[in-house]
Amino acid sequence: MDKTVRFRIRFKDDIADVKVMIFHPMETGYRRDKNSKEIIPKHFIHTVNIAHNGKSIMQVHWSRSVSKNPYLNFRVPNASKGDQLTIAWSDNMEQSGTGTAIIS
Amino acid sequence: MKLTKERRVFLHSALGLISALLIPSKALSRWDNNAYNKVDISESIFSIGVVNPGDLREANDAIDLSLPEIAENGAIVPITVRSRILNTERIFVFAEKNPQPLVSDYVITDGVEPFVASRIKMSETAFVHVIVLARGKFYRTARQVKVTIGGCGEE
Repeated sequence: MDKTVRFRIRFKDDIADVKVMIFHPMETGYRRDKNSKEIIPKHFIHTVNIAHNGKSIMQVHWSRSVSKNPYLNFRVPNASKGDQLTIAWSDNMEQSGTGTAIIS
Repeated sequence: MKLTKERRVFLHSALGLISALLIPSKALSRWDNNAYNKVDISESIFSIGVVNPGDLREANDAIDLSLPEIAENGAIVPITVRSRILNTERIFVFAEKNPQPLVSDYVITDGVEPFVASRIKMSETAFVHVIVLARGKFYRTARQVKVTIGGCGEE
């Protein structure tokens, strides 16, 4: 498993409060390199799929306007200890990553 | 005559099948290049399926939108959205003055609460609009954020 996704889950009253950080530059394509003055090409996550025990529960679409190292907080009702959460992201340069966490 | 009628019926059902295949299901929704590349706020609102701006229902009480009044750093503006609208299917976020106003959209199922929090970039002081799609109707709320240092060209 890659290390691009970091989870923090708080589980209470059957609801999992999930905070996720994805390590990614989220370049807008409007910035210039400080030294070479060249435009830094746009590079951003456009899709994130979130699954609960293998079933897709939310699909996220992002633009270049989402901050660097994107943070996402969402809540999963009807969750139980031992349930699995999976985050799968893909970006405009055909790169992708996944992260999995178990609710405890 | 009989043949022609059968043919017509066949063509009719074939067309129905083809259009059913062309309409993407919610679960298979894909990043919409067209919508995300619009440069004007009204154009980008049309691009998500709003046909007439008059159809947008003002929903300040039904959509909780939390944003800072003043963002010193436009590169990191925290945003929290919670929809109280029954059967919320989709949450769209727009930053009106960004080069491409559509910031993000979330396809909500009954497996998650209609709630999302994240951080966005804002190029300058502008209204942030949130549009919720529920049972085929669009609901909107908006809030202004004053940006001290823009977050598109800088780190």
